[in-house]
Amino acid sequence: MMNAFLAPIQQWLGPVFPLLWTLLKIVLILVPLMLSVAYLTFWERKVLGWMHVRIGPNRVGPWGLLQPIADGLKLFFKEVILPKVADRELYFVGPVLAIAPALAMWAVIPFSDGWVLANIDAGVLYLLAVGSIGVYGIIIAGWASNSKYAFLGAMRSSAQMISYEVAMGLALISVLMVSSSLNLSAIVHGQAHGYFAAQGIGFLSWNWLPLLPVFAVYLISGVAELNRAPFDVVEGESEIVAGHMVEYSGMSFAMFFLAEYANMILVAAMVSVFFLGGWLSPVGFLPGGFFWLAVKISAVLFFFLWIRATFPRYRYDQIMRLGWKVFVPLTLVWILVVGVWMMSPLTIWK
Amino acid sequence: MEFTTFLFYLFAAVMLFSALRVITARNPVHAVLFLVLAFFNAAGLWLLLQAEFLAIALIMVYVGAVMVLFLFVVMMLDINIERLRHGFWGHLPLGATIGAIMVVEMATVLTGKYFGLSNFPAHALPVGESNTKALARILFTDYVYPFELASVILLVAIIAAVMLTLRHRKDTKGMRPSDQVAVKRSDRLRIVAMASENESPATDSKGGTPL
Repeated sequence: MMNAFLAPIQQWLGPVFPLLWTLLKIVLILVPLMLSVAYLTFWERKVLGWMHVRIGPNRVGPWGLLQPIADGLKLFFKEVILPKVADRELYFVGPVLAIAPALAMWAVIPFSDGWVLANIDAGVLYLLAVGSIGVYGIIIAGWASNSKYAFLGAMRSSAQMISYEVAMGLALISVLMVSSSLNLSAIVHGQAHGYFAAQGIGFLSWNWLPLLPVFAVYLISGVAELNRAPFDVVEGESEIVAGHMVEYSGMSFAMFFLAEYANMILVAAMVSVFFLGGWLSPVGFLPGGFFWLAVKISAVLFFFLWIRATFPRYRYDQIMRLGWKVFVPLTLVWILVVGVWMMSPLTIWK
Repeated sequence: MEFTTFLFYLFAAVMLFSALRVITARNPVHAVLFLVLAFFNAAGLWLLLQAEFLAIALIMVYVGAVMVLFLFVVMMLDINIERLRHGFWGHLPLGATIGAIMVVEMATVLTGKYFGLSNFPAHALPVGESNTKALARILFTDYVYPFELASVILLVAIIAAVMLTLRHRKDTKGMRPSDQVAVKRSDRLRIVAMASENESPATDSKGGTPL
């Protein structure tokens, strides 16, 4: 039906059609994403408020629902300040480089069966590669601001992100082994089979259960990779004011903000796809679909907000210790365990 | 012109420009970032050649890890921009020689049909198999010993690098979290049983209450 509808348009546009069609799909992903980012900030303030026994934002619009719009407008109309000693070009390249990977990574996330912008074979590698570029935005911003606090924040952040990327990459190796594919849709499909899935309780067949330690490592490393509480020494309000973005104002600050929240949703989506069965339904009698992915992403996002309200900030050396001395060895051992398990007669992956 | 041809020229143009800027940029941090841009476009060119594993590995290893550390070093060094130009003419002969060798090598590959390169046919990729899978299959079957040897050599290099820089300082105040977690109440706190004391109003020597 879709093809019959599209065919005349395709004929009319000719060779430009693939470009426009892809652009349209990108817009269809990014607009809801940006709206989700706006309302995630609102939801975060509300949840934190409730956890602190406060009310949270409730003044703008009904139940405070227009608060993120008002915040956006405020940031939009604020002056963008350029410090006198800043590196003029790189100061503005920083925020762009922070937000671009956060958006580009959405290209390979499957929203439902076949609903993916680029169904590439090396999807996981693409995520790892583009994810590793995100650190440039922060380093460049920290250096170009020409300020001690910003530079310290950038140093902390890049060391932390590089360390936890190692743990995240190693955690994904176990996932690749059990699904024997680098394609994200294939990884989700691989979780639809198994003993429990045949019994109609599919959520026990998802990767999180057989790969439980790796799931925990990936989830916690995700929080560290996002530089969020309790690993938010990058911003460390009490020590270095706000880290790499202390000199930024107006829209250039808003770009960092958008990048952080887009990355949050992205990490939640990756956790859902790799470990929580993506768009699959948890029980046999309900159909799978985008709804379930949205539910899982929301649950993981709530977890991120929850731990922000619960845990005190880690000390920097302990963050590094956790990453290198706990998570990396744990994932390495689990790769071995999964390898032996897959080759043994007790294997649950065929 | 096909879209991929357009992409090729785009990547190639940006790559040449950024490579040129690597050696002409005054600020070393800018030079490093242009090198990153050049790597990125090289990865784009490899993607056009359908070598997606190599392209992504280039970004992951060089752009994502090596260049970040490089950037760290360059940012931390307080480089005097004026003095950077100093040895330009002195280093020119060496640089020109290396450049000439690279040009000759590239020319040999590009004009390979005159040197019998066509005797080595290009590997045809199996249809429907991803580049990554094909590479992994060859690496872990035909070339498993060289591959494992290379990884052992890398491991030795890692351990050597760690040992070279590892110094146990006596005056550090680092704490072991396992010790901290293992602390019991009795290690830190002593509870003393004693009779309760009656609080009586303070009096001065004459027996009256102080004002």
